[in-house]
Amino acid sequence: MDWALLLEWTVKSAAILAGSLVGFMYLTLFERRVLARMQVRIGPNRAGPWGLLQPMADGLKLIFKEEVIPSGADRALFILAPIVTVIPALIILAVIPIGPTIQLFGREIELGLAGDVNVGVLYISAVTSVAIYGITIAGWASNNKYALMGGLRSAAQMISYELALGLSLVGPILMAGSMSVNDIVAGQRQLWYAVVQPIGFAVWVIASLAEVNRAPFDMPEAEQELTAGYHVEYSGMKFALFFMAEYVKMIAVSVIGATLFLGGYWGPFVDRWPLLGPLYLFVKVLGLVFFQLWVRATLPRFRYDRLMAFGWKILLPAALLNVVTTAILVVAIR
Amino acid sequence: MKLLEILRGLWITFRSMFEKPVTFEYPEVKRPVHERFHGRHELKRYENGLEKCIGCSLCAAACPADAIFVEAAENTDQARYSPGERYASTYEINMLRCIFCGYCEDACPTEAIVLEHQYELSFTERRQSIYTKDLLLVPVPAGGEPTPMRVTPGSFERSIPAMKDPE
Repeated sequence: MDWALLLEWTVKSAAILAGSLVGFMYLTLFERRVLARMQVRIGPNRAGPWGLLQPMADGLKLIFKEEVIPSGADRALFILAPIVTVIPALIILAVIPIGPTIQLFGREIELGLAGDVNVGVLYISAVTSVAIYGITIAGWASNNKYALMGGLRSAAQMISYELALGLSLVGPILMAGSMSVNDIVAGQRQLWYAVVQPIGFAVWVIASLAEVNRAPFDMPEAEQELTAGYHVEYSGMKFALFFMAEYVKMIAVSVIGATLFLGGYWGPFVDRWPLLGPLYLFVKVLGLVFFQLWVRATLPRFRYDRLMAFGWKILLPAALLNVVTTAILVVAIR
Repeated sequence: MKLLEILRGLWITFRSMFEKPVTFEYPEVKRPVHERFHGRHELKRYENGLEKCIGCSLCAAACPADAIFVEAAENTDQARYSPGERYASTYEINMLRCIFCGYCEDACPTEAIVLEHQYELSFTERRQSIYTKDLLLVPVPAGGEPTPMRVTPGSFERSIPAMKDPE
């Protein structure tokens, strides 16, 4: 293999991973500040200017914490679970293009790792589902009733909402006529799919909240009933990995939503200055992430049976209807 | 669906982002406490500098947490600390035990011990939690003399100030 190609891919992978991790760190701070402001508080502002070193302080604290493994736990699975949870979260972004192709060092460099893979969207839905295993394993391996309840709830919830989530992705696929994320972004040059597919976008937003276990669908870690749900027995860096998986998935889900429904990196003047692409994407992702935090600050948690009823009786039919309508309209117009 | 209610809720949280925070940045901004706030104790003095505490140990008896230790000694006219026969030679309050109930204040016959407004009482060592007499005693007021003072014999016989009818 061409060494320059190898180098290019290594640098891009490292950049995406580092971006996810730095994004995770500052998302925790961003969340705490935004929640604080919505609760008419100030929020963490002590560590460094405007609290910018707070994520570092939190990370250091977690590193120095004792790692406890309960005596009744299945040790191998207990250690495996956070790894299984965090890896899918980190590799989702591989198929997302973060900008157009640019010329650098006499090479054509595509911004993004594998945006033109012809199973891009399939890859996204496949990889996001794998994380459920991590959570379920964590719940089971802890040998704790609360953890088990959290793990089971999470499995049930994520499987139910996975359907609606996958079906809401079918809309953009049908509109673009391709599963490649690059083609889907290119298909939105005139009009965002969120405008053409309002139901699909709404279903996506709601189901993605459930997919990343965020409020109002944070059933698996309902503090009041399950103390912390599936990660109740985890401490130190293993807990930090679960935390990381949750926040990286928040970012990833927002990136996917921005790419499939809000035009991705595409925006005015991207033809002329390609580096505007990542900036547009960042702004769109920030908006979606802010929306997730905003919803968390506003809505109380759903009851479990209502969550299931809502997922199966409202969200799934709506998504199916959207798919059918889109399919008919796409064929009719073509 | 209660979509309208959800949107109204979202609007309320969004609007509150732009309100003035109700919290204060504590070490920089200190809010005044109420007049009757129960903070750290102080041992008061009379205007001439004599200590009000006469070492009677009623505060120690009243203390439900058993936080106060008093040891009394005899006053003389050569070395007078307080009016009357006796004064507190040792006065210690264990702040780890104190519950700031103010019963000591109620029990005191001379109004010597008062819970004041100081609430920053953190310490790094258990030994520091014991406040001794020199920490609790207020400074000598202007125009007064420090204790022990030499006084004319027979001038401070009475340990408790004479009671007067309320006017």
